[in-house]
Formats: sequence, structure tokens, C-alpha cells
Amino acid sequence: MPEAATARRKPELVCPAGSLRALQLAVEAGADAVYLGLKDATNARNFAGLNFDDNQVAEGVRFAHARGARVLMALNTYADARDPSPWHRAVERAAALGADALIVADTAVMRHAREHVPDLPLHLSVQASATTWAAIEFYREQFGIRRAVLPRVLTLSQVQHVARHTQAEVEVFGFGSLCVMVEGRCVLSSWVTGQSPNTAGVCSPPGAVRWQDTDAGVEARLGGVLIDRYAPGQPRGYPTLCKGRFEVDGALDYALEEPTSLNTLAILPQLIDAGVAAIKIEGRQRSPSYVAGVTRVWRSAIDQATSGARFSVAGAWNTELARWSEGQQHTLGAYDRPWR
Amino acid sequence: MTPTLDLTVGPLLYWWPRAATMDFYGRIAEGPARTVVLGEVVCSRRNDWKFEDWLALARDLAAAGKRVVLATLALVASEAELRAVQRLAAQDEFEVEAGDASALQALAAGRRACPGLRPFVIGPHVNVYNRAALELHAALGAGTWVAAVELALDAVAATNPRADPVIGPHGPVATEVFGFGRLPLAFSARCFTARHHRLPKDACDFRCRSDADGLLLSSGEGEPFLVLNGIQTQSAALHALPAAGAALRAAGARSVRLSPCAAHFPRVVELFDAAYNRGAAAADVLAELRGLGLPGALVDGYAWRRSGMQPLAA
Repeated sequence: MPEAATARRKPELVCPAGSLRALQLAVEAGADAVYLGLKDATNARNFAGLNFDDNQVAEGVRFAHARGARVLMALNTYADARDPSPWHRAVERAAALGADALIVADTAVMRHAREHVPDLPLHLSVQASATTWAAIEFYREQFGIRRAVLPRVLTLSQVQHVARHTQAEVEVFGFGSLCVMVEGRCVLSSWVTGQSPNTAGVCSPPGAVRWQDTDAGVEARLGGVLIDRYAPGQPRGYPTLCKGRFEVDGALDYALEEPTSLNTLAILPQLIDAGVAAIKIEGRQRSPSYVAGVTRVWRSAIDQATSGARFSVAGAWNTELARWSEGQQHTLGAYDRPWR
Repeated sequence: MTPTLDLTVGPLLYWWPRAATMDFYGRIAEGPARTVVLGEVVCSRRNDWKFEDWLALARDLAAAGKRVVLATLALVASEAELRAVQRLAAQDEFEVEAGDASALQALAAGRRACPGLRPFVIGPHVNVYNRAALELHAALGAGTWVAAVELALDAVAATNPRADPVIGPHGPVATEVFGFGRLPLAFSARCFTARHHRLPKDACDFRCRSDADGLLLSSGEGEPFLVLNGIQTQSAALHALPAAGAALRAAGARSVRLSPCAAHFPRVVELFDAAYNRGAAAADVLAELRGLGLPGALVDGYAWRRSGMQPLAA
């Protein structure tokens, strides 16, 4: 069916920055906004060697603003009851360093931001797991959130319905690793390692991973639990808990989720027509070249989808994205629900 | 005198035959639990209990002297599910336990319009991790807070200290801690039970009805690890804090949630009551719990800021 695209509003392309280099490459490749986090447990990609100190944030903000791009700071873990002050300080640092918005999950952090930096816009993080328009309205009414990032569990028609019924902007994931669980409502990682995305900003943290050579192949363990076993030469994935091979009724299989990547290029016009205000690329933990490559493809795709011309996915786009996909396999995820 | 540690029977997380469910709540009505939480919180396709059926059961349990709470679905995605949540939140005959922010929105709006409505319960899947978050939920009308399952007792204590509790329009907020049963660890849009049976979710054949305690998932080495319960993933082991009465009280807990399992649950409730409130020796209670033939090993790591799967100390 031909796409009548003349009136399409261009959604913001929001790209991951795990480092200053990634931020610069994302902006040069055409990101409208980048998102980043501080070097601590206040954000959901709290990995060694990743993220920003204050100087790097300031430099990143200067670089992005000079080129017309925005900087969103992810402050999307839940403040530690024993000492919430790092989260409070992060709110104030974001404002002082010139961030354009905060991506937040904890209602306590939202309240603190409203009281101390009322002019700094708030985006509801996917970690707050708002899956309905009513849930988003709760955060908008109580804390004035301007935008909500939707969990990767809704179908395309559910995304359309949510966007129609909330006054907040809606942001969806376009590309990257898939969480099969609802973000913010999964503690599988702390069950095995003591650390979870909500509390520590990590899932299946590297410190709990052990690789072991055995006669049966290479074993990947998390917190001592065998997650997967690879034959010699077989490509190995990171042992994220939910992507392991487990036994149910005597059959060993990917019982929760196979290692795949989300790629929604094929339904980009429908997402835009649904009223989606922003499209997010996952992957602050990925390399600067991933960020550059994926951003370039999505820049072209969004420009084409909003150009008025008929939209079709270029072969070169999928070739480029396939280079960066986990498990070398793409899926539309819940948007299309082949399993429904 | 040591204050009573009340017992709450959490919502039934599995789909049992109607007769078994009725029989179960008949036994609970006669037992020492003070509060019973009713409702389908996992999957809206488990539809043989209608709103009116839950209300009727709630009235029976209330007549038997129980405080009854009606819980809303934890993962709300469709408009039909949202309407069911809003309908539950709109009634005021019983307290409501919020399963997500959709429920909070409806409960907060109701109380803005009519401040005299009953206090609500912040369910364990609403992410309240610190005092400021609890304070703002209390201001909206929460009377009870069920801590997230992964929260350690030191965080529970810091959030709502016994000596300085969070105060809302209904007075001090009561803390409840998950103290027994397979832990609800994750939710997904996808039904893992249907997936295991190679069935689509919308034609799932209701296979989860065959799994009275969920469907066991073991590690590649055959160790019991998790349990598939429709769209919910649970621990295979049972979190169990019968020996932690003093620590729970010190952390400010007023009640402890016991999550139903298919066999021996009425005895479990009695054993926890004996341990917390009747001076029974923790070692005796633990020994009997271990001998009951419960569906998994006993663990308690979360309470002590360790990985949740850490076995209970001998």
C-alpha cells in the first residue's frame, strides 16, 4: 500500500552515549538527542568504563548544543533508602551541567527534581514500566512528566492507543537489545547476583559472570548458575539471565527468550503515524562505532519516512543493522507479536 | 509486650480449579491470618472468576472476621484490562492493592474527589524503594506498603522506620514484607507457559491450569531454578522468613505476606503464627516446614542484602 507521508511529523531520534566519543559520533551521524548517565548507580547502565563524569557531561553538552542536538540524562534507577543523596545530587548536577531533560523512574527522584529544578523537563524512563495511558497520566498529573518511554512489551495498536490517550509525548524503542521482561519489574538479576537494574543499574553484572572450559564445551555461569554451554567455535553470547538455555519438562531450550535484537525499521511509518514523538536506540553499553553505524541508518530512515516519498527499507540499512545485532537475528518484538 | 506480627495471605498466583480455590479459602477463613488479598494479579485470560465472584468471596471472608483486600493486575496492557483495574479501584467496600501505576492513577483520582475513601495498599510490584517515595504515595491515600521482594530489611527499615513511620491521611503507614513462598521475580508480555507448549498466547489452551505451583525450570545441570507461571516468572525456591520475627519487627514490619502454594498452606500459616506470635522455637518451625514436602528449597537472601537465591542458614 502506498504511504501517504506528506503530513508526517518527524520524530526525534534519541541515541545512546556511553562515552564522550559515542556522543560525538551520534551527533555527527544525525542524532537529534543523545542520552547519557553518570559514572555511578544512578543510571541503568552502570558498567565499568562507561558513562560520564561532570567534565565529560559539560563537554558533551557543549558539543551537542553547538550542533543543535539535545542531551538527556538518564537518572533511572531507584534511590537507595539508606542514602538517596547521590540521586539528589545527580538531579542538581544535570541542571547545572546544562542537560535538556532528565530520564527518571523513581517517584522520589521526580519529586526532588520538581522541587529543586522545576524548569528541567522530566521524561518517564522505561524503568518506571508505565504500560497504559492511565499509568503515564499518573506520572504526568503528579510530577509533570513531559514524555514517557514505553516498555518493549506493547503491540503497535497498543502504542497507538496509548499515544492517543495521554497528553504526554510517547517515545518507543526502535532498535537494540530486547528485554523480554517488563523493564523495572524484573528482579531476576538480583535473585542470582544480588544486584538488579532497579537498585544497582545493572542486569547480570560482569562481576558475577564466570567462563569455564570443560570437556562439554565452554560454560557461561552467572552467580554460579549454568546459563549456557557452547561447543568449540560456536558464537558465544553474554550470559544475560533471561537469554540462557534451561530445562523444562526434560527439554533444554531457550525457555524465556532467544538472543535477538529489536529492529522496527519495517514499521517505522506506522510508528510515526501512531503519534510517536521520539524513537530511541538502545545501547549505551555498545561501542562508539555501533552508535555511529546505527544512528546513520535511523537518520536516513526517519528522513525518508517523513519526506513524502513512499517508504521502503533500504537493503543497505538492514545490512548495516545486522552487523550490530545480538544473535545476528532481528525481530519486531512485541510490536508485531508473532507469538500472540 | 512484643507487638503481634500479622499474617497476610497474598493473592493466589496460580490458576486452580474453582472447587480447589473455594476449599482453600474456606481453610484460610478458619486459620490465624488477619488479612486475605484476593484477585487475579497475573493473567487476565484466567477468567472464570468474575468481579462479582471475588466480591462474594471477599464478603464471606469478611464475615469470617478477615480484613480483605482486592488486588489489581500487575501488568496492564489492554484497554479491557485497564477498565477492570479501574472498576476494582472504584469500589470502596474493600481496600484495594495497587498492582501498577494505572491503579494508582484511579485510586488517587478517587481520593482527590472523595477524601473519605478507604486507604489503599501499595502492592509489591509498585516500585517504592525509599522514604520519599513512600511519603508521596502515603499522601495520595496509601495505608499499607508491601515492600518490593528484592528490598533488604535494612532498606525496609530506612524507608518506614518503626520509631518514625511515614504518616499519611490515614495515620502511620503499615509495612508488609514478603515472608513466604515462591517469589514473583518478573513479568513479561509474553506467556512462557504457552510458549513452552508451543501455543500462541491468545490460544493458550489455558495450560497453566495444570501447574498448581507453576512449571519448573531447571538450570542446564538440572538444578531447580525458576518457575514459569504464565507471564510471570517466579523463583523455584521458597523465600521463607519464619526465624526472622525479631528482625522483621525491628525493620518496622507490621505484617508478613505468605504466598499460597498448593499443598500444606494452612499449616504454613499456623507455623508462621506460632513462630512470630506464640513463642514457638524457630528451629522447630523450620524443621516442620522442611518436612512438609513444599515445592522447593527454602531461601532468604533478599532479607539480608544478598542474592535472593541464598539458602536459608541451617
